[in-house]
Order: sequence, then structure tokens, then C-alpha cells
Amino acid sequence: MKGAVKALERNLMKGNEALAEAAIRAGCKCFFGYPITPQTELAAYMAKRMNKAGGVFLQAESEIAAINMVLGAASTGVRAMTSSSSPGLSLKSEGISYIAGSDVPAVIINVQRGGPGLGGIQPSQADYWQATKALGHGDFHLLVFAPASVQEMVDMVVRAFDKADEYRMPAMILADGLLGQMMEPVSFPEIKANCVDKSSWAADGHKGKRAHHIINSLYLKPDELEKSVSDRFARYDVIKSKETDAELYLTEDCDILLCAFGATARVVKSAVNEARAQGIKAGLFRPKTLWPFPVKEINEAAKSAKKLLSVEMSMGQMIDDIKLAINCSKPVEFYGRTGGVIPTPAEVLAEIKKVGGAE
Amino acid sequence: MATTEILLAGFGGQGVLFAGKILAYCGLMDNKELSWLPSYGPEMRGGTANCSVCISDEPIGSPLVLTPDILIAMNQPSFDKFVNDVKPGGKVFYDSTLIENECTRTDIEIYAVPSSQLADDNELKGGSNIVLLGKVFKETELFNVDVFKKAIEKIVPPAKAQLITNNFKAFELGMNA
Repeated sequence: MKGAVKALERNLMKGNEALAEAAIRAGCKCFFGYPITPQTELAAYMAKRMNKAGGVFLQAESEIAAINMVLGAASTGVRAMTSSSSPGLSLKSEGISYIAGSDVPAVIINVQRGGPGLGGIQPSQADYWQATKALGHGDFHLLVFAPASVQEMVDMVVRAFDKADEYRMPAMILADGLLGQMMEPVSFPEIKANCVDKSSWAADGHKGKRAHHIINSLYLKPDELEKSVSDRFARYDVIKSKETDAELYLTEDCDILLCAFGATARVVKSAVNEARAQGIKAGLFRPKTLWPFPVKEINEAAKSAKKLLSVEMSMGQMIDDIKLAINCSKPVEFYGRTGGVIPTPAEVLAEIKKVGGAE
Repeated sequence: MATTEILLAGFGGQGVLFAGKILAYCGLMDNKELSWLPSYGPEMRGGTANCSVCISDEPIGSPLVLTPDILIAMNQPSFDKFVNDVKPGGKVFYDSTLIENECTRTDIEIYAVPSSQLADDNELKGGSNIVLLGKVFKETELFNVDVFKKAIEKIVPPAKAQLITNNFKAFELGMNA
């Protein structure tokens, strides 16, 4: 790290460092964290650069403190972020629920490792359910982005900040240890931090000139709480119709459609290419947003497919969303490795042949 | 060029990750697609360290190298563990000061370089990794020598310019080994 990274130049960076640099460029002014492998380089980068960039880096006394600092900072309208890895995310879940319930924008990064419990420190995708279904108590969602390359980590952090502001909700980058630790060429576009007007709600001091802005997630009257949740879900409907994103690769004529996100999608793409070379019509559906799940896109991708095969670094979590998205209209098979084991292209290819993609 | 998969392995502290980083920067300077993936588990805290580097004209799929085209081994356990994973037709470079080669494969090319000895004899302690890289550059078509020089100059900060010269020296030793 030799001073600021120049825009547009091709740099070589770890995924974790690129996430941090992109956040700073996107106008993140407050970073609160607590160390955990394999996301440590992100916080280390922030510690070095944030001060020079005119922001605040603070290593909190715990994950719980860090996420509540995010809630506090974001309530004043500044762009705030925290990052952690799987066990740390469980600790942050209470604060994330409060952020969602308070309608405050924030960015949360999970560089996943194997679980449950303290688990291991090798790459995993076993927090899919946590990220998309239940990152905290109550009726709420986060926007969940799933990058598959270091460049995409950069692009998605910027988008996460913009969308979090636009919809006043928490957004998550769901990465994993492989993406966080690997280096790839990456360039930083000239990022214009999207200046969303937060003056209607931010609790940034009224100087006696306007009514209080109150950031709150406590509604003791059921009618009021129901209304606040319903209003939020009306926004979620808009998000579901507008914000889905996916990559469709060789899907037009595919007999077997593989589904994978993040680092696993890279492995699967290699397997799909090899399958094609052997005359098997395989394609890949890669969701870039996990919530909202790209329902329209997967139905488009699966048009010609006779079978689907979900490949995940878990015991099978995204497969549920796939079945729901296609309304169980076609068989959906599963192949996965867990605990920090990364599937190989050869294993995936063997699975493609086994489940019926063979000539 | 198809993807060249390189695996570097040795003890923590031998500069395995740094040597991999140089190859990655060579890819960057040569406008290639590339990936660099270190082992980051408990093994790097005092045990073996290894790192996967992929260089290609195409986007890289899985960055994890399981069957390398090129293996650079810097200690006995790494040599023994990975030599059988090398693709047929692949190349192995190892530090013959520290490693005994008992491999009987005939479908790969194995290059013995007394890299630790060469580095120590030339007052380049810790330069064994770069000596091995010199040999790799000589025996493969991966990059030309200028690319190595550009990469080193990019990685080493100007304040430590004397390290650039030392790296060049170690590299030359490997080229001529």
C-alpha cells in the first residue's frame, strides 16, 4: 500500500483491500470493526487509509459495539460500514435488525468462513440463509450482493452504498474467504459518491430550526408497528421488481442449468466450459443479488433446461430459493462441499454427468 | 495461451508468497489475466505456506491450483506432497540444498537448483525464492526477463531500492544455474 490508489489504473489487490478502498471512494466516512479472519486485511486497510481520507476508523471492543456504532453514525446521515466474518455476523445480528427497523442505510460485509460455531477459517457460503432470510429478529430484509471477483467487489460496494441510501435499509456484501484473500487485477472507476438528500430524516442536529428527527425501532402499539413493517414491505416490493441482477452464461440452449454464486460460480464456470468442450449442453445462472433473488432471470435461464443443479459451499441453502423461483417446475439437484472445502471443477463436471447432463 | 497454473510451496518465511506475488505482478505488467491465492490457514503460522498463481489470456475460473503446470518447491514436505499432483508435461523447480528428490516420475521435467546455497554464497540470504524464479524464467516461456524487472520495480518501494539490486542478482544466479 503506497499511498492512494490511482483511478482507472490496473492494480493488484486482495479482495479485502479492494472492498475497503472502494468503500472509501464511495464516501464511507465511518468504519467500525472488530478483527476476525479471513476479513482482517479490510479493517487493516481502513486503519491505514481512513484517517487520511477524512473519515473515522475505530476498532470497537466487540462486534456488538461495532454494529451499534454503525447504527449511530448512519442515523446522522453519513455513510457507515462494518465488516466481519461468519461468527462475527451472528453477534452483529441484533444491531442489524435495529438498523433495518430504524430505516437507516448502512453497508455490512461478511467474508464468510466455515461454521457453525467458531467453525473454521476457510471459505464457505453457509451463511446464505442467514443473509437472505434471518439476519436478526423480526420481519425485514437486507439487500444482499454476491460478488465473484475482486473487481465485482469494488463495483458492488459502491452499488450497496447507493442502494442502501436510496431505500434507507442495510445492504450486505456476501463474500467469502477465497474472494477476500485472493489478488486479482482491479481498477477503480471515478466514483461519484451519490449524494442522496437525507435532510428529511437524518438526526444531524436541528439547531432549533426544525422539529426533532427521531431514529427509532420501538413501536409499542401493534397498529403502528404493523404499519411501519407494511410500509417497509411495500418498499421491498419495489426492490424485488427493480433491483435483481444475475449473469446468464451459455444458457440459451442448455440442457442442464448450473446455479452458483460468488467464488463457487468461478469453479462452476470452469466446469461448464469443460462440459461444453465434451459436448454436454451446460449453462450457468449466477445471481449477483441474493436478496432480492433474481426470479425472472432464473426462469429465463432455465427455459430450455431439463434439470437444474445448484452448487454451493454449504449443505444446500440457495437451492430452496431456486425451487421457489421456478415453482418446482423442474427437478433441482444439489452438489456442495462445506466446512471450508472448495469444490473443484472436476468434481462439478462429474456431478453434471451424474445427474444427467451426459450426451 | 491457455491458463498456466503455478503452485509455490515451502516453509513460512522462505518468501513463497512473495515469489508468487512477483509472478502475479509479472502477469499484471504483461497485461495478462491472473489470480494469486495464498494459504491463510494455521499452516502459515509456523508451518508450510503455499500459494496458487494462475496466468492466462482468458478470465480465471477457480483460482485454486490443484494440478499445477509449474511447481516451485522450497522444502521437503512440499516437494513430497505436491510433486505427484503436477500435470504430465509439467515442470518442477526445487531447492536442492534442502530437498532430496526421490521422485520417479518420467512424465515431468524436474530442475534441481541449489538455491539456498547459491543465495548464501553470494550474500543474498533469503534470496533462494528469487534464485528459483530465475530458473523458472529460463526454462519456461511464461514471461521474458524485462517483465520480471518491471514487476520488481513495481513491488519494491523506492525507499528500499537496494533490495531491487539484490533481487536482480538473485534472479541472475537462477538464470545461470
